[in-house]
Amino acid sequence: MSLAGSNLSYFPGCSLATTAKENNASLNSFLNHFDIRISEINDWNCCGSSSTHSVDKRLALSLASRNLFLAPENMAMLIACPGCYLRLSQAKMELNASKEKQTAYETLFGKPFQKDIQLLHFFELLVTMKDQGLLKGLGGKLKGLKIAPYYGCMLARPPKMNKEKNHYGLMEKTMASLGGESVRWPFLSTCCGTFLSVSRPEISEKLVNRIMQGAIRSGAECIVTACAMCHLNLEIRARPENRIPVFHFSELLSLALQKNGSKEWFKRHLINPEALMEKRGLV
Amino acid sequence: MDAIVMNEASGNFAREVEALSHANLSRCWHCLTCSGGCPFAEDMEYLPNAVIRMIQFGLKEKVLKSNTIWLCVGCNTCSMECPNSIDMAAIMDALRQMALREHSEIAEPGILSFHQAVINSIRRHGRTHKLEIMMKYKFSEKDLFSDMNLGLKMLAKRKLDLLPSKVKDRKSITSLFKFSGGAS
Repeated sequence: MSLAGSNLSYFPGCSLATTAKENNASLNSFLNHFDIRISEINDWNCCGSSSTHSVDKRLALSLASRNLFLAPENMAMLIACPGCYLRLSQAKMELNASKEKQTAYETLFGKPFQKDIQLLHFFELLVTMKDQGLLKGLGGKLKGLKIAPYYGCMLARPPKMNKEKNHYGLMEKTMASLGGESVRWPFLSTCCGTFLSVSRPEISEKLVNRIMQGAIRSGAECIVTACAMCHLNLEIRARPENRIPVFHFSELLSLALQKNGSKEWFKRHLINPEALMEKRGLV
Repeated sequence: MDAIVMNEASGNFAREVEALSHANLSRCWHCLTCSGGCPFAEDMEYLPNAVIRMIQFGLKEKVLKSNTIWLCVGCNTCSMECPNSIDMAAIMDALRQMALREHSEIAEPGILSFHQAVINSIRRHGRTHKLEIMMKYKFSEKDLFSDMNLGLKMLAKRKLDLLPSKVKDRKSITSLFKFSGGAS
């Protein structure tokens, strides 16, 4: 399948619709450049997030399922948020594993379940784009930028999904093809603490500062993350001495294409990246 | 430490957890990989592998009352590394739901209030409204000031929206909650 000119349905999730609008905008701008068309799933709802599966398994399945049933037929669904991707994938698995549950939701939503619906992690899409040579010839724009690629727990998954592809190294490879230098560092897959940032901030703060300091000590001048939740936590819980800019992966990808309008995205950052961007000739 | 008395009923807890989580506890050989890699281990009363052992010993009350089950955020770091592919996050999900169902003492009421604030926000809007969640959570904890500066900064940067992003078909969300049994 050629990606240019292709149509995907799109699940942004609550974070990208609100706190991480800059993540959403830069992702759109990046895909638009390659003529990959995405259309938001009409009237999507929250995937259920950590809170629902933490305390109410059935509700978690219901919330994720509604989105699967809303998805247009015969179209792969791009899911921008790694958390939402996991929730929706687990719901798909659960419905495929139980005829009884499948029938119950089919009755509730009044349509058949698309058991083969393709859920597309942004990383998966990017790999296909690379394979098709779409990212060639973009080199150099991030030249000299020293980046700590931060995956957090976004690539971790439950044992039931352990046959899925492993994408560690994708951010490093992509950044390298755009001229950036990824540092080697120890905290690339340490969880940021997610919701504990609200209810037990001291725990999240400890983790976040360990991560940020690790990046600084490894010689990075910024962090790049593909998860909006991580982005928020790193920015809000970093102590003053550990505040280096944190970029959304999609922002750096778009920046490499020198998209207009990007200034608006960086204004929304709590750690101002403009000085660094100026230093590296990115504005 | 108190002696652990085991009897015929001691295995019931393990069976219950296995039924809810679909995880096979007998596969754990206590290599401590999960506990060594858990970012939250140092704040937990019992390490993740210890929880498995305690379940096998039938120490239901201790496990359900521990903070471990609430500090686990389900990041799956443990399951990624587990040589026997034990779904630890699913075990913790099961334990939390058992703790709620059996009205156990909740070691981390603040974390539970947060989850409830999120679920209520989804109930109202179909999506999460972060400002509302933060406000309701702070009210429930009677802690209005700890993150006040942060909240104002986030508002100024438009990181927090005043109005929620909403599902239009709110009826479908209401019926979804009804269908799901309206727990919590």
